Amino acid sequence: MLEAYPQNRLARILLWSFAALVMAFLMLPTLVVVPLSFSASNLLEFPPQAYSLRWYENFFGSATWMAALRTSLILGTLTALIAVPFALLACISMNRLGGKTAAAIQSVLLTPSITPGILLAIGLFFVLAAQHLIGTLFGVLVGHVVLAVPVACIVLLPALARFDWNQVQAARSLGANWARSIGGIIVPQLRISLLSATLMAFLTSLDESVISIFIASGRNSTMPKLMFLSLRDQIDPTIAAISTLWTVIVVAVVLIVTLRQKS
Amino acid sequence: MKSLAITIESVHKAYGSYVALDDVSLDIQAGEFLTLLGPSGSGKTTLLMALAGFVRPDSGKLFLGDRDITRLPPDKRDIGIVFQNYALFPHMNVLANVAYPLVLRKVPRAEARQRALDTLARVKLDGLAERNIAALSGGQRQRVALARAIVFEPRVMLMDEPLSALDKNLRETMQYEIRRLHDHLRITTIYVTHDQREALIMSDRIAVMNSGRIQQIDTPQRIYDRPSTRFVAEFMGEANIVAPGSARRIDGAEASRETLMIRAESFHLDAKLVGGDGVALEGILRAKAFRGENWLLTLALDGGQEVLVCIPAALAGGCAELAAGQRMTAYAPAAKVHAIPGAMA
Repeated sequence: MLEAYPQNRLARILLWSFAALVMAFLMLPTLVVVPLSFSASNLLEFPPQAYSLRWYENFFGSATWMAALRTSLILGTLTALIAVPFALLACISMNRLGGKTAAAIQSVLLTPSITPGILLAIGLFFVLAAQHLIGTLFGVLVGHVVLAVPVACIVLLPALARFDWNQVQAARSLGANWARSIGGIIVPQLRISLLSATLMAFLTSLDESVISIFIASGRNSTMPKLMFLSLRDQIDPTIAAISTLWTVIVVAVVLIVTLRQKS
Repeated sequence: MKSLAITIESVHKAYGSYVALDDVSLDIQAGEFLTLLGPSGSGKTTLLMALAGFVRPDSGKLFLGDRDITRLPPDKRDIGIVFQNYALFPHMNVLANVAYPLVLRKVPRAEARQRALDTLARVKLDGLAERNIAALSGGQRQRVALARAIVFEPRVMLMDEPLSALDKNLRETMQYEIRRLHDHLRITTIYVTHDQREALIMSDRIAVMNSGRIQQIDTPQRIYDRPSTRFVAEFMGEANIVAPGSARRIDGAEASRETLMIRAESFHLDAKLVGGDGVALEGILRAKAFRGENWLLTLALDGGQEVLVCIPAALAGGCAELAAGQRMTAYAPAAKVHAIPGAMA
């Protein structure tokens, strides 16, 4: 790595400028909604002529938005609580099986993360329709878990690959059954990876819109679904206020988790 | 605490076309210290893992005492295991590691703590109970692993090359201490190693394994002096396998028609130190090396075969003057000449 670092002063300045440009390109589209959300105008306009908090009041005062926020947070939490233990067990079995069987299981488990979201949503729609689960919270939860499992697996697989499996054998020989050796030996040592996997699963659900648009309805609408609908029906800065809040929540969660990992 | 005998009955294990255990049968008495000795890939660790319950035999049976444990899960076997890399739990301190098997057995907290502390004292780790595993030296980790394996008073102990990660001096100290602990507790122990010296020093009996089979099982002395196969002879130390007809009797009687095994250190340079029924090997000195406690001479026999001759420095008055290329004779007493049954030179 260090060999690639330029010795020349000018080259170093160019490298840093380029990196700064890339960072700006990644960040600016997200940040542009922040001033929009404090606009006093009825339209999405940049830069705003006057500032106010009326769109935040509008959001917190709306029963529809509040219901959607509640639905999204519940869904995110449930998705993480179901997907992460499932992914952990799946990863343990893949690690222990090894060879072609494990590779086959892995490709099946990771399929939802590479199939186009719209195809997955259409497929789920028919499956859930047959079970009369369209429009239910449980139906959306199923979809989100399907999406979150591969995400959690991608975090957990490398962590398990580094794990010293002799410890599990030792625990077994000392009298621990499978469940106790997972709970007492594997989980405490993988807590950082499990925390990341939980966060990623939570964010996967929080961010998901396509499945929600297909399957959620009425009171079970999630935030992203409502945001899409409101963009289509009425364009006012409420959406900017929500986006700003959403970004703050996500950044806060990521920061808290990252800081906890370091301490 | 009552230790149990172990019976291994025709155990077979193959991985694809590779046969790890080829119809292995073995009886270990209660309280015995038995070593499985062999090169890597000889099947010794597979056999140990089958006893531990981590490898399921394709066929055959395993007994602890008269109880069939072939299909018993590892956590129900009550076997103490010391792993090669110790496998201590890094998220627990020393005391928690040692108390873990007691906690699993629902021993009350105070009693579990006391028993763990007593066991730590027994392996000379008093005062380290609250330490983190990461803060321990290799030798201390080894002792924690040992304490954790004996604290719940298992009736059988399995050790998988437990000393291979330690340096030489520490290894010798631990060999002595593990044996002393065994003499005190009398837990039936199966010890796996590829180090023949370690096996000789520690064991009541040694089972030498190669390519999934037990080649010979006997006391250390008999394994060393009376190997039943050429493999055992060569694995146990500097062995010379002498082709039929190369050796002659000192008293002139008819030379042996068998393949002979003579250890390098069994030779003398003075015929008077060897009885008339001993053998003499004649040849040309190829090389000599001074190794501190002894001299190592390489002798080329007339048939072309090379023989290693090891003479203790105290008895090697003439060795310094010997010159390469010179013709000489090495003598071995009859008691130290062993015919290997059915061996081809």
